[in-house]
Amino acid sequence: MPLMAAYIAALQRDLLLVMRRKTEVLTALFFFVIVTTLLPLGIGPEPDLLRKIAPGAMWIAALLATLLGLQRLFAADHADGTLEQMVLSPEPLSVIVAGKITAHWLVCGLPLVFLAPVIGLQFDLSSDAIGILMLTLLVGTPLLSLIGAIGAALTLGARGSALLVSLLVLPLYIPTLIFGAGAVESYIAGLGATGHLSLLGALLILAAAFAPWATTAALRISLE
Amino acid sequence: MINWFKYSSPSSFYPLAGRLIPVFWMLAAILGAIGLYIGFFIAPTDAQQGEGYRIIFIHVPASWMSMFIYCVMAFWSLMGLTFNTRLSGMMTSALAPTGALFAFLSLWTGALWGKPMWGAWWVWDARLTSELILFFLYLGYMALHAAIDDPRRADRAGALLSLVGVVNVPIIYFSVKWWNTLHQGASVSLTRSPSMASTMLWGMLIMALAFWAYTIAVALMRARTIMLEREATSEWVKHLPDVKEIA
Amino acid sequence: MQTPFLAARNLRCVRGTQQLFENISLELNAGQWLYLQGENGAGKTSLLRILAGLALPAEGEVLWQNAPIAQQRSQYHQDLLYIGHHAGLKEDLTLTENLQALCRMDGVRSTDAAIRDALTRMGLAKRQHLPVRVLSAGQKRRGLLARTLLRPAKLWIMDEPFNALDVHAIADVQNLLKAHLTEGGMVVLTSHQTPDLGQDAPGFILNLSGAR
Repeated sequence: MPLMAAYIAALQRDLLLVMRRKTEVLTALFFFVIVTTLLPLGIGPEPDLLRKIAPGAMWIAALLATLLGLQRLFAADHADGTLEQMVLSPEPLSVIVAGKITAHWLVCGLPLVFLAPVIGLQFDLSSDAIGILMLTLLVGTPLLSLIGAIGAALTLGARGSALLVSLLVLPLYIPTLIFGAGAVESYIAGLGATGHLSLLGALLILAAAFAPWATTAALRISLE
Repeated sequence: MINWFKYSSPSSFYPLAGRLIPVFWMLAAILGAIGLYIGFFIAPTDAQQGEGYRIIFIHVPASWMSMFIYCVMAFWSLMGLTFNTRLSGMMTSALAPTGALFAFLSLWTGALWGKPMWGAWWVWDARLTSELILFFLYLGYMALHAAIDDPRRADRAGALLSLVGVVNVPIIYFSVKWWNTLHQGASVSLTRSPSMASTMLWGMLIMALAFWAYTIAVALMRARTIMLEREATSEWVKHLPDVKEIA
Repeated sequence: MQTPFLAARNLRCVRGTQQLFENISLELNAGQWLYLQGENGAGKTSLLRILAGLALPAEGEVLWQNAPIAQQRSQYHQDLLYIGHHAGLKEDLTLTENLQALCRMDGVRSTDAAIRDALTRMGLAKRQHLPVRVLSAGQKRRGLLARTLLRPAKLWIMDEPFNALDVHAIADVQNLLKAHLTEGGMVVLTSHQTPDLGQDAPGFILNLSGAR
């Protein structure tokens, strides 16, 4: 199916580019680790307190780490003219964009899921709470990539785009933060995480349907 | 049937707006006077909250307006992106600062009301928190618009952002309410006061209309300035009576 | 009277608050080429981008086979090859990898052999596995132009294709363009020097400097 081919081509290309510049990727991951380390340093190391703030703290760190990675989503392609070529492709731009967003998630989001147990232990979370946290990150980080892509596309070529993307995208991240962190807190409180997780899942489906299309529209506007 | 598209070009809209602005200022002044009079003199003293509650006559209409203006911006954004009219973008960017102002006013009056009621300047009540996020959305729009040099592109990017925003606002509001109930936060709803006396409702309604008239007046003024800025080199601007005088 | 393939009606372009040009119309039939002339800043690149569909004109429309390009994006993109100002290649990938990615994202099936042949024809056989980063500007340009051999497109819109090319390379590329025109293709290009595409190929010159 030609659509799948274009999607995979975009995905493979971005992953190949990341492989050639591994250090950039690692910086985002280290950022996640550093931010989560800052919190006990800033708030105090009492285990009870840490356990309480852990879900929220890790989710906020995930938000910030994803934001950092958004810089690389379209800006480089825009600068060297390859984005124009993608826009002029006979294949639908939304498919190519979906491939790029997937690559972004694989590089900036998925690793956080695997880092979560390590950080979770630092915050003294129980192992099943860590499991729920990993699940929320697994469902939520694609959401962050999808929503963030819209912001990245809108701010292409705008002045001060790095901070601007954060200002635009962080309010839109709030539901994801609430349901993601809330799921873990709810689980710890004994109320179960299914409600939150299903809402998160619903948001993901909505974003997967809507965001590539909105991102495509934003890209066309930014290239005018 | 008014031919709306006739007015969709700046050159015909400019004089029309010029004639409408004083009308709306008058409406705003009159309605505002009536509304404030009702709010501060006619409406009965609340049994629980005393006189301090009267600030809701500004707070509630301001909240309504901040929400309403965002929706109007989304409407103009949709028009602009679909029909590619220059005026829609100008109207959207003209409305944004006023919307942000009302959001800020709502937050500020909310705090002024909250302090005597709950003893704190800020509580994480679902509505107040949503209002704060709406304020951020306004700021985001204005920041994006200011950061893009080309005015047409800035309009279109802002339009897309406001459409994405308007779709997200219900989701954000729902999630904040959810968050609030989960954490048993301040569950005092600012408008949950038992059956509001009808005078109170009237007062708020009239204030809302006053704010609406004010918004239209200010937005039209801003839009006219934007039109002059952008179309400075075009023929119709050079032939304007106010412009000719200086030359 | 055959319908022209490419047609533009009353194009007006505004950049910021400056009007670049207005009332630009043109028509192009099979085998014809259009050379855009104009001083720097006259709007040549803007016009090329409007014709390619990357930018929207303030007024006017672009038609491909008598239908607006906005209504037939996929079809128009299939018939169009756009070579812009920029390198158009990822610096960290090799020429081969770049062309592979471009072809697959375009939905074009091209074998490794075909890519190798295309690069050889552009004189880049020895450079095909080097990262684009280490190539000279002229080699990068030739690498990008190799796309013309991999993707059959009726209309070529090129922004300064001869940039950074030496005399031999320029001659090669001109032969490429001539062959394309002979097969019934069309070319719209800008360049600092008037291209020599042979006496037979009917060409037009559009000078943008007076069109404010």
